[in-house]
Amino acid sequence: MNKQSNSYTILYAVGLVLVVGLALSAVYQTLRPAQQENIDDDTRSQILKAALLTAPEGVPMSDFFAEHVKKSYIVNYNGAIVDKNADAAFDATLHMSQESKKPENERKLPVFECSTEKGLKYILPVYGQGLWGPIWGYVAFDADGETIYGAYFAHQGETPGLGAEIEKPQFSDQFRNKKIFNNNTFEPIMVVKVGKEPTGKEWVHSVSGATITSSGVQTMLDKSLRPYEKFLENLHSSSAAK
Amino acid sequence: MSNIFSKANCLTFLNPLSKENPVIVQILGICSALAVTAKLAPACVMAISVTCVLALANVIISLMRKSIPSSIRIIVQLVVVAALVVIVEQVLKAYAYDVSKQLSVFIGLIITNCILMGRLEAFALNNRPWPSFLDGVGNGLGYGIILVIVAFFRELLGSGTLFGFQVVPQCWYDAGYMNNGLMILPPMALITVGCIIWVHRSFNKDLQEKQ
Repeated sequence: MNKQSNSYTILYAVGLVLVVGLALSAVYQTLRPAQQENIDDDTRSQILKAALLTAPEGVPMSDFFAEHVKKSYIVNYNGAIVDKNADAAFDATLHMSQESKKPENERKLPVFECSTEKGLKYILPVYGQGLWGPIWGYVAFDADGETIYGAYFAHQGETPGLGAEIEKPQFSDQFRNKKIFNNNTFEPIMVVKVGKEPTGKEWVHSVSGATITSSGVQTMLDKSLRPYEKFLENLHSSSAAK
Repeated sequence: MSNIFSKANCLTFLNPLSKENPVIVQILGICSALAVTAKLAPACVMAISVTCVLALANVIISLMRKSIPSSIRIIVQLVVVAALVVIVEQVLKAYAYDVSKQLSVFIGLIITNCILMGRLEAFALNNRPWPSFLDGVGNGLGYGIILVIVAFFRELLGSGTLFGFQVVPQCWYDAGYMNNGLMILPPMALITVGCIIWVHRSFNKDLQEKQ
């Protein structure tokens, strides 16, 4: 057969695409369950990192998660629980990219109640945009609904050494003990450069050289935590009443 | 081809490490050399990944070389490379999730590495599988050496660490030493590569241009 003829070329291209396509879909289908499990476990470990918990060596992540997070549910914009199913809350967390596009009052807002040595913490997921792609994280609140107990941030592809530093404890530990209400008004934490610290507001230092990622964190906290305002207020007033 | 370690085969493997280095002599793969060399760890993993993909792709293309119609050979090469990279990525996601998280977009970057296309087109299409394999490993390592050298200087001078461990002692910082933030930015990778080319050519006079 003439290898330079048009029919040979077309047949060759079709054959190649079929073989490669079949091989890729077979690989994808076989590996899919293992991959999803990894993603689930990774999300669980990130949620717990916000409450400063890391699974010890050899303990399966799902067991460790179930041990600490006894209750998780979805609240709405008004702070009322709309779905008590723990799986639904976890599922909504996995799909934060879609949730964050909806208007605030239609979003499913997952809450994870996590028991730690320092009492019950409420972990809320946050999601936003960095410089190159999405950034996300989890913020753990004390039972008073205003003090941040811990935070964990992650990113898809921020610049190593610059924007990627947001996942380091040096950055996220700054958020500890900051208060999200100022004189009973909701005020998210500001991320500011050294020397630009505002007075009378809660702030943390940005990552130097990573202005866009840092302001992305500030916007993310504002946009993602504001829908929880009523929920946190309720927590605050019920803990004050006690 | 009686001896698999014949002189010609050894040269195929050794030449890309220095005299025909893909990065500093052929100036290929510069883009990813800028992107992944801010830290040593990703640079090492990238070097290993490129070496694996390049060796495999070279062998596959070499096996197919007699059947590929010349008018669509570039597309065929791309399809093979892209399929290999996607499979590697999927396997990593399933069995080495932490590694795949660290690499994130870099794995995808392998597809666009011009060293791959360059070697497939220049070598694998005209040679038997075994020399093609050696050529792939040699070029992958040649690329890797440069990546590691560049990353070494960028991480040391830019962050004061190596593989994430602090190596510049705290007393230096107390005495007024500061990390050079410029080293983390991509332009300094180009300048570092330039310095390596300078040193390399002063040792290899035959590579210097006549004028």
